[in-house]
Amino acid sequence: MSLELRGVGLRAGADTHIHPTDLVCEPGSFNILLGTTLAGKTTMMKLMAGLERPTAGTVWFGGRDVTGVSVRRRNVSMVYQQFINYPNMSVYENIASPLRVTKVDEAEIKRRVGTMAELLKLSPMLSRRPSELSGGQQQRTAMARALVKDADLVLLDEPLANLDFKLREELRDELPRLFADRDCIVVYATTEPVEALLFGGHTACLHEGRVTQFGPTAEVYRNPSDLVSAQVFSEPPINVAPVVKAGETFRFGQDTAFPASGPFAALADGAYTLGIRPHHVAPTPSGDNPVPVDGHVLVTELSGSESVIHFTVQGETWVSQSHGIHPFEVGTDQRLYADMSKALVFDGDGRRIEI
Amino acid sequence: MNKTHDNRAWLFVLPVVALVAFNAIIPLMTVVNYSVQETFGDNVFFWAGVMWFEQVLQSERFQDALLRQLTFTFTILLIEVPLGVAIALTMPKKGPWVPVCLVLMALPLLIPWNVVGAMWNIFALPDIGLLGRSLNALGFDYNFTRQPGDAWFTLILMDVWHWTSLVVLLAYAGLVSIPDAYYQAAKIDGAKPFAVFRYIQLPKMKRVLTIAVLLRFMDSFMIYTELSVLTGGGPGNSTTLLSIDLVKIALGQFDLGPAAAMSLIYFLIILLLSWVFYTLMMRNEQQ
Repeated sequence: MSLELRGVGLRAGADTHIHPTDLVCEPGSFNILLGTTLAGKTTMMKLMAGLERPTAGTVWFGGRDVTGVSVRRRNVSMVYQQFINYPNMSVYENIASPLRVTKVDEAEIKRRVGTMAELLKLSPMLSRRPSELSGGQQQRTAMARALVKDADLVLLDEPLANLDFKLREELRDELPRLFADRDCIVVYATTEPVEALLFGGHTACLHEGRVTQFGPTAEVYRNPSDLVSAQVFSEPPINVAPVVKAGETFRFGQDTAFPASGPFAALADGAYTLGIRPHHVAPTPSGDNPVPVDGHVLVTELSGSESVIHFTVQGETWVSQSHGIHPFEVGTDQRLYADMSKALVFDGDGRRIEI
Repeated sequence: MNKTHDNRAWLFVLPVVALVAFNAIIPLMTVVNYSVQETFGDNVFFWAGVMWFEQVLQSERFQDALLRQLTFTFTILLIEVPLGVAIALTMPKKGPWVPVCLVLMALPLLIPWNVVGAMWNIFALPDIGLLGRSLNALGFDYNFTRQPGDAWFTLILMDVWHWTSLVVLLAYAGLVSIPDAYYQAAKIDGAKPFAVFRYIQLPKMKRVLTIAVLLRFMDSFMIYTELSVLTGGGPGNSTTLLSIDLVKIALGQFDLGPAAAMSLIYFLIILLLSWVFYTLMMRNEQQ
């Protein structure tokens, strides 16, 4: 069964929480809602689940209009950023709780809770209370509760955000396996582009209550349809260069200019915005078209094998992410090189221009 | 890191010791002193041992007062805690009515205790009070100054009016601290309203309700002001709870020895029962 949003929007008074959105999630697909905090991810999920009624448009599920149907009568499950379990029930009872409501017989409950616990490595903790578990185990319990009832739609609202790094990695690796042989639709909200890339599937970029782009994850990453989508789907943030093309040159700010050669030559004269991902900016020339930019270093972060350098260039804040250790001193002026052959070109309204 | 021991650190504790000694330990010791001695005036004291304690514990008067006290305390707990939770559940969680409800709820708590007693005394008078007059007009033979049953009814009604708000405010604080996601999760599970109350709201309110029960228990055991203004322990001795009885013995009859012994017994009962309550509820918490 597929989930379809047709012009779904949500307004409250003068505030628009969600702009009218069209979105189709295929059966068995893994869909990612990618956006910063307050972009509208949770609201979008509530609209999909039926926890919130849209003020415009209709929600279709399996070819049926379910817009006004209460969440109680839809087969939906949800996992939250906070670890939500019934505090005074054992882990076993917690996992069994969605089945109890639907009057499944005891032997079947036992079998399904057992399978779920095995899958999520909770078998030794079945008789414990949630408060006696670690954060990771609590979230696994919540996940088991969401999965045990074979919901048609599983919503995961930043389920890993409150976990520490190691547990997050661990659960992140397990997630695709959990859904591998299910035909439910999974919607996963996250603020981290890396998570989207790891999970694959489809990604919807969400910005200020608007879905700016939706498509296969790799496709959205490689070919953002506009500047906002590129900004949402880039970590560290994508570098932006407002340029003016005049004849054979791009002028960037006061005193940087570089040739608008090769594929850029076809562009008409005028104002454009170039987007260059951080890993295409490096202290040494690399790539097919390295263009020197002179920056003023703000912060240098050195990890074991990688340097992340934040600097200002022509009034814009840029980030360079490169291999090797480049201990640039903070406050110094340095020359870096942006590989313009990888640059994304956007017009004055922020729409992508394919070149 | 090794902690260095320095006896001069005790100097920091001394002011507190002195303060506690003056406001708690020394007065308490005076009472202990009286409770084991007998005097015939002129500040001459004779050793009396545990005589007063035996006398108080064996006296029917004390036993009756204690029984009345326990009846009163458990009755108001049984009414105020469920009622307080019920009111808290019906209060709005957000919107412009929240402050209005909270202020209305807090109002009874802000009224001085003797005013509460005086208010209810006048309110319940059978000839001029609104409550007393109305009840009589409805055909009830109501007179709280003459009939013990009516006196108890008025006393409990007054305490419920005065103190349910405390339970409401505590329970409400517990309720609003439950994240919205819990309710959504219950909705998704298809849980009925009672299940939401039983498995989410009640467990989440447990801590504050423990505090509420403990506070109401201790305070109701120590009730004096409102009661003394409302009925003064009457009619007869029918509403003479422990505190009223104590004052009668200490100040009415000026029996310092028995009064001191009774104070200590009274104090130990509160301490013991509070401890039992607290331990039981905390043990429940851990299970």
